[in-house]
Amino acid sequence: MPAEPLLEVSGLTVSFRTEDGLVEAVRGISFAIAPGEIMGLVGESGSGKSQTLLALMGLITSPNAVLSGSVRFRGQELVGLGRRALDRIRGRDMAMIFQDPMTALTPVHTVGAQIVEQIRAHERISPRAARARAVELISAVGIPAPADVAGRYPHQLSGGMRQRAVIAMALSCNPALLIADEPTTALDVTVQAQILELIGRLRDEFGSAVILVTHDLGVVAEIADTVRVMYAGKVVEEGSKRDLFTAPQHPYAWGLFASIPPLEGARPARLSAIPGTPPRLSALPAGCAFRPRCAHAHAACAAMPALTGEGGHRAACVLSPARRAELLAAGEARS
Amino acid sequence: MLFALLARLGQMVLVMFGISVVAFLIFFATPGADPSARIAGRNASQETLQQVRHDFGLDRPLPVQYALMMKRLFVTRDLTSFVNRGQKVIPTVMNAIPITLSLVCGAAVLWVLGGLVVGVVAGATRGSYVDRGLMMLGLAGISMPVFWLGEVANLVTQSRWHDTWAFSWVPALGYVPLSVDPWGWFKALVIPWTVLATLYVGLYGRVLRASLIEMMQEDFIRTARAKGIGETRVLLHHGLRTSLVAFVTMFGLDFGALVGGGALLTEVVFGLQGVGKLTYDALQTLDLPMILATVIYASFFVVMANFVVDILHAILDPRARDAR
Repeated sequence: MPAEPLLEVSGLTVSFRTEDGLVEAVRGISFAIAPGEIMGLVGESGSGKSQTLLALMGLITSPNAVLSGSVRFRGQELVGLGRRALDRIRGRDMAMIFQDPMTALTPVHTVGAQIVEQIRAHERISPRAARARAVELISAVGIPAPADVAGRYPHQLSGGMRQRAVIAMALSCNPALLIADEPTTALDVTVQAQILELIGRLRDEFGSAVILVTHDLGVVAEIADTVRVMYAGKVVEEGSKRDLFTAPQHPYAWGLFASIPPLEGARPARLSAIPGTPPRLSALPAGCAFRPRCAHAHAACAAMPALTGEGGHRAACVLSPARRAELLAAGEARS
Repeated sequence: MLFALLARLGQMVLVMFGISVVAFLIFFATPGADPSARIAGRNASQETLQQVRHDFGLDRPLPVQYALMMKRLFVTRDLTSFVNRGQKVIPTVMNAIPITLSLVCGAAVLWVLGGLVVGVVAGATRGSYVDRGLMMLGLAGISMPVFWLGEVANLVTQSRWHDTWAFSWVPALGYVPLSVDPWGWFKALVIPWTVLATLYVGLYGRVLRASLIEMMQEDFIRTARAKGIGETRVLLHHGLRTSLVAFVTMFGLDFGALVGGGALLTEVVFGLQGVGKLTYDALQTLDLPMILATVIYASFFVVMANFVVDILHAILDPRARDAR
């Protein structure tokens, strides 16, 4: 880990007051991101990925939400920061790309106007110059005829175009941190590849760090530097992309990798799946939350294991390295 | 756009034609509506009745009668009332129009502004005491019948407290033309405006609040917040702006209906001889020419209001613009 992380999250917890009592969607996660790093955050639906991102951006507005822990961006604490101070950071230093481009843009304003709005919120710049910048940005994300597109309304653009417009908007102030919540999920495969390439280029050109949430491991393999696997509101494994893809340690990660269809070798009769469903957040099992679905669970799993490991590759699992190597050798996890 | 305009005009003519035919036929289907008996006066002999029927063309087939009446209404414009002999219909309606327009337009300004303020404030402070208080007031406003509220206002300002400093400026009931005395016009109408707007402020405030709260849950509001543009701007420029579509649609319908004579109760209570009052009186005496004139006038305004709403809708919502 570099000495000065761009973003440092420690013990972040997001819980909601519900009829069943306090339900924790994110349960004390900690991580740090260096400038220019692309972090993939993977996990099933309901594992708390999106809530983590929204918490980072201060976008959890539900009156029933309770946030605790710490999010430090360039040393500044974001949790509990006032709206004004927060608005000076988000949109300029931190920007977010949302999952569904069809609903992410205000339908009654042109794409250009929405980008201009963001630029003018953070910079003293004339409307005309902001407009020119917006057209440049739209062009930079690979949209042909950018000046024309800037004058169009969201409903007049295709899904891929809209997502590019959302990205152009997110990039408008050259953010140091880009947070992308499943930016390619709603798009078809060819467009997905273009969007990923765009995000990768952003890092190369502007040195922005990226948090990329996805449940598509192929996307992670494509562009991430580091990977964190979330399960039931906790990070269960973290490490470099190489570590995770070559030697995953947590049985949940094994399950994730095993569910990818193999490109080579014999075609499996049935694609492997993790048995069971993710636990309800309001009724989490004690100890390791994956225990009920884990083939290797034993008595020690009744206490929540901490993230342990060497060289930045850590997993929250009680299996000993020797036992893990044994299981991997037996083909328990393909990679 | 030109095509849309022409299509609208054609539609308007069709609607007005249909309404005039229906009004005409209903009149002849109404028992005891025989106009010749009214015109001839009480205890007229059969001969006189026949004579009157013939003179007024009432013995001719209905389509001919309809055509004649329309001709006198629109072409020669000399159609006279069946009840008040010699009273020309067109000038009477023309004189009533400014009164109704003054009443409804002034009230519309009040209720649009009031509705916007109430809706936005309540929507923005959702769940707070401010929100609850405003919604209770709104409900109270909706619940008070306009004739009752108007009578209470009259009681207070014309009678009980008229001699105190608070209401000594209130003129006697009635209308003062704007062109004659603008200040007098304002003074004569400000209380009717307020009374008429009370219901609509509550209604529009509640509708806008609900629409705003729904909009503020949308994904694009989250995007707007993530841009760091400040909550006021998120609320007004993104939330309110998208909520206005429903607001404007409702406004057009209400405004058209009120200008078309729906402000009758307010007009009666405040002694304003507007179109609503005119229609009401004409219906009381089954005065066919007057009924036709006011009904056609009303349908004109309702269709016009719809047309204006469509244009505003297209301005407010680009999706509606492309749907044409």
